Amino acid sequence: MTDEPGRDKVSGPDEEFSTSLTEGKFRIQQCNSCSAHCFPPRTLCPVCSSRDLEWRDASGIGWLHAFTIVRRSIEKGGDYNVVLVDLKEGPRMMSRVDGVALEDLKIGMALQAHVAQEADGDKVIFRPGESE
Amino acid sequence: MSRSLRGKSAIVGAALATPGPRPGWSAQEILADAVGNVLDQTGLTLKDVDGLFVGSAFHYTPTLSMAEYLGLRPRFSDSNMVGGSSFVGHLLTAAMALQSGQCDVALICYGSNQATAGGRLHSMAEPQPYEAPYAPRYPVSSYAFAAQRHMHTYGTTRTQLAHVATAARAWAASNPEAQERCPLSIDDVLNARMISDPLSKLDCCLVTDGGGAVIMVRADRANDFPEPPVYLLGAAGAHWHRQISAMPDLTVTAASESGPRAFAMAGFGPQDIDVVQLYDAFTINTLLLLEDLGFCPKGEGGPFVASGAIAPGGDLPVNTNGGGLSCCHPGMYGIFLIIEAVRQLRGAAPGQQIRGAETALVHGNGGVLSSQITAILGNEQTL
Repeated sequence: MTDEPGRDKVSGPDEEFSTSLTEGKFRIQQCNSCSAHCFPPRTLCPVCSSRDLEWRDASGIGWLHAFTIVRRSIEKGGDYNVVLVDLKEGPRMMSRVDGVALEDLKIGMALQAHVAQEADGDKVIFRPGESE
Repeated sequence: MSRSLRGKSAIVGAALATPGPRPGWSAQEILADAVGNVLDQTGLTLKDVDGLFVGSAFHYTPTLSMAEYLGLRPRFSDSNMVGGSSFVGHLLTAAMALQSGQCDVALICYGSNQATAGGRLHSMAEPQPYEAPYAPRYPVSSYAFAAQRHMHTYGTTRTQLAHVATAARAWAASNPEAQERCPLSIDDVLNARMISDPLSKLDCCLVTDGGGAVIMVRADRANDFPEPPVYLLGAAGAHWHRQISAMPDLTVTAASESGPRAFAMAGFGPQDIDVVQLYDAFTINTLLLLEDLGFCPKGEGGPFVASGAIAPGGDLPVNTNGGGLSCCHPGMYGIFLIIEAVRQLRGAAPGQQIRGAETALVHGNGGVLSSQITAILGNEQTL
């Protein structure tokens, strides 16, 4: 079907995602056929194979699924966290949590996404969010 | 499960390159050293080899590079690259190629100078654009997430994980080919420098040089060689993700699928296995794989290893050469799992020999708990 949604896009989903980030927006795709959300961006819905994936503004709501403290010398910037976040929409993503001491990170804590413009690129990071 | 491959192919040669640091030797030179050793063991020459299976992080087209370097003109070759598990997967593809007549003598080989070349993990892995911006330490941070979730979900402790490292060291102590043999205590592991919480340096595998080679033929020729044959009884692989952020459940690996399928092909279960070789790149691997392969219930890996079950003298001999944690780990470890299993089944282990061992399970892990490939091996009595 040549008129199927998704075939006539100018750029691919990865580029659309990064363009959104440069505009300060965190968006994820939702499948119009089966309603599943997917992240990282896809060309085909991994649940139902449809091409009809539509960008939605992410709620930004998530919960800390797991974290690790990467140990690094003070001279190189010191220790930092890397986390896995379960998004309210369903997918899980890697990120970083700012605004909380390393020892206060807790599995299950509520988080809120922000788009950070950083020297090495735009990225989605999280801060502690409202508990629900 | 098709059992058409059960017992139809046999490993008739399995040899290491000279163990230990190899300064001045390249990856392909170490590989060729192992190939020379396996040819000596079997009485075959390079002219006899018509199937080539190579996994490598050093060569973009490993079978092309290695066939040229060795002077081979393979009729069939495969460099399916699923990280360190590749070589266990090659057992399955080699058996398929042998049975379908695509080749008659299959050579599976690997060589690496990872340690003397600088100690960093040699990798051609492309950056993962949805993970790299957060700078996880690759690959240890990925395994750290799995360890943390296992602790959170099942109450597993760092002390229990440390038992995996001390058991491996205890096996290594009697293996002259193992690269770390000095005594290791639980406190040593707990007090080692943290790399990516909750994994310390001693929760991580060694960084060494090393190489290995395995030769496989159809079973009808299995007894034409000097050493007792070891038969492939079952094999299966599964993979569910590439990046750790896409792993469906951080406490359940695809070994929970590959294991049952490999057992079904072999007609065996975990209770039938005499010796186990698990890909222990990190201590958490051993726990997850023991559970997913059915050697203990899910979530009970911690108490199981802390009971001494997998250490010398325990009920389940695991990683009898010292494993990747204490014997060797030159970037990818899969070939070494196979070689130790074969030596155990021949009654010719370099370290502690498990008396009367007739069956072995070999399990390769690749990527970040991504590729899981299980093989069941047995000696003549198991056919």
